[in-house]
Amino acid sequence: MARQPSSGLIKNKTAVAGIGQTAFGKGLADTELSLACQAISSALADAGIHPSEVDGVASYTMEPNREVDVARNVGLGEITWFSQVGFGGGAGCGVVGQAAMAVATGQCSVAIAWRARKRADPTSRPWAQAQARLADSSQWTRPFGVIRPVDEIALLTRRYMHEYGGTRDHLANIALAFRKHASRNPASTMGHKPMTRDDYMNARWISEPLCLFDNCLETDGALAVVVVSAERARDLKQPPAYIHAFAQGLPPQHQTMTNYFNEDPLRGPAWTAARRMWEMADVTPADVKVAQLYDAFSPLIILSLEGYGFCARGDGGPFTDDGNIEWPNGRLPVNTSGGGMSEAYVHGFNLVLEGARQIRGTSTAQVEGADVSLVTSGEGVPTSAILFTKDA
Amino acid sequence: METGWLLPDLSDPTASEFWLGCARGELLVQACGSCGTRRMPPRPMCPRCRSTDVRWEPTSGRGRIWSFIVAHPPLLPAFSAVAPYNAIVVELDEAPTIRFVGNLVTGADGEINEIDPATITIGEPVRVVFHRIDDVTLPRWARS
Ligand SMILES: [Zn+2]
Repeated sequence: MARQPSSGLIKNKTAVAGIGQTAFGKGLADTELSLACQAISSALADAGIHPSEVDGVASYTMEPNREVDVARNVGLGEITWFSQVGFGGGAGCGVVGQAAMAVATGQCSVAIAWRARKRADPTSRPWAQAQARLADSSQWTRPFGVIRPVDEIALLTRRYMHEYGGTRDHLANIALAFRKHASRNPASTMGHKPMTRDDYMNARWISEPLCLFDNCLETDGALAVVVVSAERARDLKQPPAYIHAFAQGLPPQHQTMTNYFNEDPLRGPAWTAARRMWEMADVTPADVKVAQLYDAFSPLIILSLEGYGFCARGDGGPFTDDGNIEWPNGRLPVNTSGGGMSEAYVHGFNLVLEGARQIRGTSTAQVEGADVSLVTSGEGVPTSAILFTKDA
Repeated sequence: METGWLLPDLSDPTASEFWLGCARGELLVQACGSCGTRRMPPRPMCPRCRSTDVRWEPTSGRGRIWSFIVAHPPLLPAFSAVAPYNAIVVELDEAPTIRFVGNLVTGADGEINEIDPATITIGEPVRVVFHRIDDVTLPRWARS
């Protein structure tokens, strides 16, 4: 479909030229700092760029490793641009997109972005660190036992099911598809454990209507990307994954995952990021060959399919039927590495790398002719999304 | 904290009027002192007219269940002890976009795990009741 010329100044100006990751697992011996540095170093080696050339650094506000510590270990050069993006899992595409903006505007020429985390230890669960007395917005939810992110999203899920007729079968479609994709990915932590629909239906409840398999994993690991100009990327070792479009999204009167206090709680940040991203893009949802959608919880997939325009509101559940989100024959294969629910949960940063691998043609569930690849970050929190393309 | 329950900090200046209201048995909502628009949770500025004047208004204390969950472990110890329990979101009868998170109970001193979750339905009418834990009075909801 014809589009107005984009006003975006970053379209196709930059690319992900290097990707790197550590092993994923539980109880990894290395510190988070060591994991971060290993992933960054491996991403730079993948790109064929010496660490001393790095002059831009983007990270999550929740990232435990400071820029100074990363730079002193990896041996980065003079950093002329550094920035952070907030809201937990909403930041994944945000840090990469902001790095792209910094490179495109000349604030730096080689930017890195990463996420390192040791979340496999149950004592590292953020919700378990809750203070005894609450003075922030959590005072409206936690005294009533809505304590964990899963409880917050379960309340939205139940309402969604009521309004649109979504079912547990739809959620099972999602969990099963991602597990199937993980089974092809040797780096995934759950690929060796097949899941059946019965396994899903009989799993223990965590927060009804959500069961164990509606939740992401708890993983130790780190991943990183290198962003450079499109011109530079063309001369490097790997096929560039061009950053075609990028947007963040924070809608009016939004209140993160406890978004019960406005006119339309089920219309989340995805809608805002999607509007800007599609305005910037030369392509439409129909052109997207593969998508990595943030999956801290399975219902976020349904909300994201709707928010990013792959189907109408209320049709996100049925969209997952008939293998539609499964590799290789689905209309839109989703989370082809297994995602946060079956590969690893590193705050959605593994989705960024898989989105780039699909453009390179190196996914373990490679979609044929994947020339447009979408990655999204946390729905239900202020979020971000990137469209990677094969051609600039 | 005697019970291990998660409770509001009553000294939070933005919210303390709400919790004082609960202690008196009143479910209050914040309203703009200038244009009158109601808003919850409370905040320092009216997003409609930018006024920082606030007032607190009584409500009917009646509403309908907008959504609900049943929480199972792993949870914090005080909550695991009563799990599985329900949590609900209630929309106020007179202002459906004013919503409160709470629990469905049989009465003011009912437990949050007493009602069979299979009987809870979206749209059910409820009325507020007040339950004291330590020095805090929490609004909870009974069928009406
Ligand atoms: Zn006002």
